[in-house]
Amino acid sequence: MSTEASTMERKGTVSAKSNMQQRYPLIILGIALLTVPFWLPLLGGYTDLASRVLIFALAAMGLNLLLGFTGGLSFGHAAYFGLGSYGTGLMLANYTHSTLLSILVGTVVGGVAATLLGPIAVRRRGIYFSMITIAIGQMFYFIAVRWNSFTGGEDGLTGFSRQPIHLPGYTIDLHSTNYYYLVLICFAGGAWLLWTILNSPLGHLFVAIRENQKRLTFLGIRVDLYIAISFAISGFVVALAGSLDALLDNFTSPDNLRYTLSGNLLIICVLGGMRNFWGPLVGAFIFVLVQDYVSSITQNWMTVIGLIFILSVIFFPLGVMGFFRKRSRA
Amino acid sequence: MLVILFNAFNGLIQGAFYALMAVGLSLILGLNGVINFAHGGFMAMAAYFAYTLVPYVGFWGALIIAPILAGGVGYVVEQLIVRRLYLRDPLYSLLATFGLALIIQDLLRTIWGAQGVPLAIPDFLNQPLSQVYFFLTGYRLFVVALAIISTTGLFAILRFTRLGIRIRAGNSDLETIAAVGVNIYLLRSANFVLGIMFAGLAGILAAGQIGLTPTMGDELIMPSFVAIVVGGVGSLLGSLVGGLIIGVASGVTAAVYPAATEVIIYVIMGIMLVARPRGLFGQEGLLE
Repeated sequence: MSTEASTMERKGTVSAKSNMQQRYPLIILGIALLTVPFWLPLLGGYTDLASRVLIFALAAMGLNLLLGFTGGLSFGHAAYFGLGSYGTGLMLANYTHSTLLSILVGTVVGGVAATLLGPIAVRRRGIYFSMITIAIGQMFYFIAVRWNSFTGGEDGLTGFSRQPIHLPGYTIDLHSTNYYYLVLICFAGGAWLLWTILNSPLGHLFVAIRENQKRLTFLGIRVDLYIAISFAISGFVVALAGSLDALLDNFTSPDNLRYTLSGNLLIICVLGGMRNFWGPLVGAFIFVLVQDYVSSITQNWMTVIGLIFILSVIFFPLGVMGFFRKRSRA
Repeated sequence: MLVILFNAFNGLIQGAFYALMAVGLSLILGLNGVINFAHGGFMAMAAYFAYTLVPYVGFWGALIIAPILAGGVGYVVEQLIVRRLYLRDPLYSLLATFGLALIIQDLLRTIWGAQGVPLAIPDFLNQPLSQVYFFLTGYRLFVVALAIISTTGLFAILRFTRLGIRIRAGNSDLETIAAVGVNIYLLRSANFVLGIMFAGLAGILAAGQIGLTPTMGDELIMPSFVAIVVGGVGSLLGSLVGGLIIGVASGVTAAVYPAATEVIIYVIMGIMLVARPRGLFGQEGLLE
């Protein structure tokens, strides 16, 4: 990672200044996202696709707190995504009819797992850290596959569906459009939380860990602890995305726990630009759309996805946002 | 008792596959600094090469030619992709080789089909050697023997040949050996190919035991990672022992509590990380 790139991006993303000029893109983004159900069908898309983009964007932004801003390369965040999915699915299937409560439970299950397992992974750094996170993730995958009676095994978990939300006075039916807005609210909440953290002293500490761990250790900061905190927060956000994903299809399977999904989340971060706050949103937009389109036209969609991995890593290591930022500066 | 012994022996076979995979991975990780996610893909590729070659050159010919062919593909891949990722953030090599694994799997499925096929092995290897210990077939002993011979061969190469000495020197300080005139680009290519050939060997042996599918490498790659962590990063001996340990452990677990067959591997890793983070034979602080 070139230092030039990292300092450059830091200025752009985690600055506390938010003058009018910086706000314009955000306002445009907000309006575009709010009006998706009105213009997307005109372009030949469907609302669930937009929900999926936001869910993966949320998961990747959560992962990016650890990956792009703290410098922890986790290849196992699918575990927390999947735990969120299973937590939510199992709640709705067995224990409750409240959609919101089951989302909350799913998020807490995945987040607590990340909080407990993060400290094991942070015992090592670098490539070791990645291998440990992968292995922990695979453990949950095999538990889900083997614990047939509870999780539905390899066939996945079915038998639940999103229930209408009852408010005092009236009821919100969660059809595609309404569910999109629920996802949007969660996305906005997650993004706000991450933005706030990154602009707090804690967030600055995360970035400092990424830039120079040794120095922080000399300054008496418990680096392990703060990486574990970053791990935990990102686990909660990813788990929230996971539980929303289960409700989107009313289905979840061990694939939601598999390392393949971790790889997809990572490439979403890299594709969009992992030094940029909104990078994962751009990455998710590209990745989900390409995957949806390519898998509908050819059997060999895996090759296309694989090529995206390789080409983006070799030619656009800074991602789309990084590429444009470099351009506009030059 | 016989059941436990049977499963332990099964686990040992499985462990031999893990160990061969882990040794190759570990070799590449050491000098090239790359976790080769596509290792399982190369393994399956070599197995399919062998499957195609067996009718022409027989099992023994395929056993020698197929890993070399896979090594050749590995060389091309190293030149085109992996070489560009040396000395960069491990994230990039992980993702690139992950993408490569997807492509290899897809190609294998397109060419040879998604259905599993068996690999024909010589008849005399298929006979049980003992009435009581019916699970001791010639082939299984052959797998263990070949795993031992090939890893011993590798250790001998690393210990006594010029190439091996350079690889070991490169592991500890690549810059210095470049300064004394070793062509490190060639050295890294050779090392990568050597690692891939080990994957290829594992693939052919595994195919004789469990048959071929395009995803056969997927099931072996994760335990191989665990074998490296348990054995200790940077130690080939560690990868070997780590692979055998988790193989036997999961074999025995399959007899006692089948549901935990896979999970036990990760539990062992967790315990190891808490008790001895650098692994059995690992060096402190390597690759961190």
